[in-house]
Amino acid sequence: MSDSTRGRVPGEPEEGPILRAQTEGSAEPEGAPRRVIGTPAPAQSRMLLAQTAAESTAGLPAERERELPADLADLDDAKRAERIVAGCFILAMLSGFAFIAAYVIFLPHSTTRVLHSNLALGLTMGLTFLFLGVGATIWVRRLMPHVEMTEQRHPMRSDEADRDAFVETFNEGADASQFVKRPILRRTLIAATVPAVVAPILLLRDLGPLPRTKLEHTVWRDGMRLLNYGANTPIRPGDFSSPGGMISVVPEGFQDNFNALAKAACIIIKFGPGEVVYTQQSQPADGFTVQNWTVDNIVCYSKICTHVGCPAALYEQTTHHILCPCHQSTFDAARGAKVIFGPATRALPQLPMTVDAEGYLVARSDFTEPVGPSFWERGNSS
Amino acid sequence: MTARRRHPLAGYAVVLFGLLLAGVGYAVVTEAGAASASAPAITQDAQIAQGQAIFREECATCHGQFAQGTPGVAPSLIGVGAAAVDFQVSTGRMPAKEPVAENGRKPVGLNTQQIHALAAYIESLGGGPAIPSTAQVSQVGANAGFGQQLFVADCAQCHNFQGAGGALTYGKYAPPLTQSTPTQIFEAMLTGPEAMPVFNNTTITPQEKRDIIAYIVQTRQEPNPGGFSLGRVGPVTEGLVAFLGLLLFMVLAALWITAKHRKTPHE
Repeated sequence: MSDSTRGRVPGEPEEGPILRAQTEGSAEPEGAPRRVIGTPAPAQSRMLLAQTAAESTAGLPAERERELPADLADLDDAKRAERIVAGCFILAMLSGFAFIAAYVIFLPHSTTRVLHSNLALGLTMGLTFLFLGVGATIWVRRLMPHVEMTEQRHPMRSDEADRDAFVETFNEGADASQFVKRPILRRTLIAATVPAVVAPILLLRDLGPLPRTKLEHTVWRDGMRLLNYGANTPIRPGDFSSPGGMISVVPEGFQDNFNALAKAACIIIKFGPGEVVYTQQSQPADGFTVQNWTVDNIVCYSKICTHVGCPAALYEQTTHHILCPCHQSTFDAARGAKVIFGPATRALPQLPMTVDAEGYLVARSDFTEPVGPSFWERGNSS
Repeated sequence: MTARRRHPLAGYAVVLFGLLLAGVGYAVVTEAGAASASAPAITQDAQIAQGQAIFREECATCHGQFAQGTPGVAPSLIGVGAAAVDFQVSTGRMPAKEPVAENGRKPVGLNTQQIHALAAYIESLGGGPAIPSTAQVSQVGANAGFGQQLFVADCAQCHNFQGAGGALTYGKYAPPLTQSTPTQIFEAMLTGPEAMPVFNNTTITPQEKRDIIAYIVQTRQEPNPGGFSLGRVGPVTEGLVAFLGLLLFMVLAALWITAKHRKTPHE
């Protein structure tokens, strides 16, 4: 049998277990309107609730139709369910006390004790809620009646008399308070609230000073040596004895300045002869430029991804791809680090590079464009 | 009633069966083998001759009779050096079974003596980086703390902070370093196998390489307070496992709470 039985209108001939459950046990008077569970109740079954004692004893039919069954059919089963639920609740209570005990016993004085304390507290609290939930669910499933109830909706709008009375009271109050009659009181009260509205705007100050042009520059300067990050030693081009090498570099003097490194970190990549495709900025080919800022086929790119600024340094020497681990933006290192996959929109900026008198790799200047992700004032974002 | 045709536990059974199948399937697919290398001792000429014989049998199909390589299939091995051969063969990456994006670690077919003979043969063709000596990869006196600094600067981006590995582009990946021997790690840095960049002895000195190896080896020995290491990837994995485990629990709980009553006790 399908659930459509419950949708029937009252008065139609009814069959099925739900209806029988409703009619068999009750001694309804002949001709009383039948009710199907799940349909709107006949008017008088609701009205009985609202009737006064005097009315109900005035010879009207006082037999009230029960909305919910009085008791369970299988009392043995109910007894079993009752024991299970009570057991769950007792276990919940015990683990609740265990939580208190654990809080007192495990004082987090050391790392190990903190571990034990967290474990005991979490476990006991979890068990408390678990047993409470399991008990409640079993109670609902096995002891409470499984019937659908319907409640009537009434219009929300108050009737006209109430509305008129409200307006009258409001206007009387406004007059009596002198709020309307004395404008100077009204206006000074409003003026008193103005600072409270303005004050939160000042909180914007706490966001710190304006960035000005900070985002457009890094600490790289002409003649600044590139240091092998970690070892912090300067690098000669000849240190790359074979193509396929890559190393993270930082500006000399700023190797421990993380604020500076957040923008200035770079990677240098050693290519084989003829692997790098050079173009000029005046004649970009295929949307990329590699300036002749390289030394001995060593190219230096910003390590900061142009998408959202993650360190893009997963370099594959076979394909010359630089991969950013955050969102898989992929750059072609042999072609000016132009974007070949992923959400980044700009190539990684290239650092102008040369060698100093001692033969160490040095910067020729700062980056010629802002590094890292786009920002409002940057202008062209592609 | 349609609801009675299925056993009330059928829903749970289907969910559990599906999960079990996925778990067992994954465990079957991921198997691992290990191998390592130690020192050989025979005359050089005999060793090279033996290496050439092995090369013709195992490697020449792809790399050519004279190790000159086959364009588009296999690179030339002239000048790659003994270190590259020892790394590729002792980790089971070579001989490759089939052309794939990334050759993974697999059980090794040759013994250490054969691998060293093969390495000697390739070295005789055009030199290249040699297999590091035991002293070069010794952990005695290595500075794991400094090794960590170097590892974070140049290795962790691909191999993960704990050496657990990670994904690269187009099916390639940086392998986990959990089974690599110190010699293999040294050789990998020196020769840049597959997509890995080369970190030769002038950009990262042999002493620095030892420090990096010390960090990798020490990290493996860190205790796991949680019990399972979960690949040592950190809070992300732990959170994911907790999330998925609890999600399963919530699904089962929701199934139970909302399941149809088997019978109405009030009938």
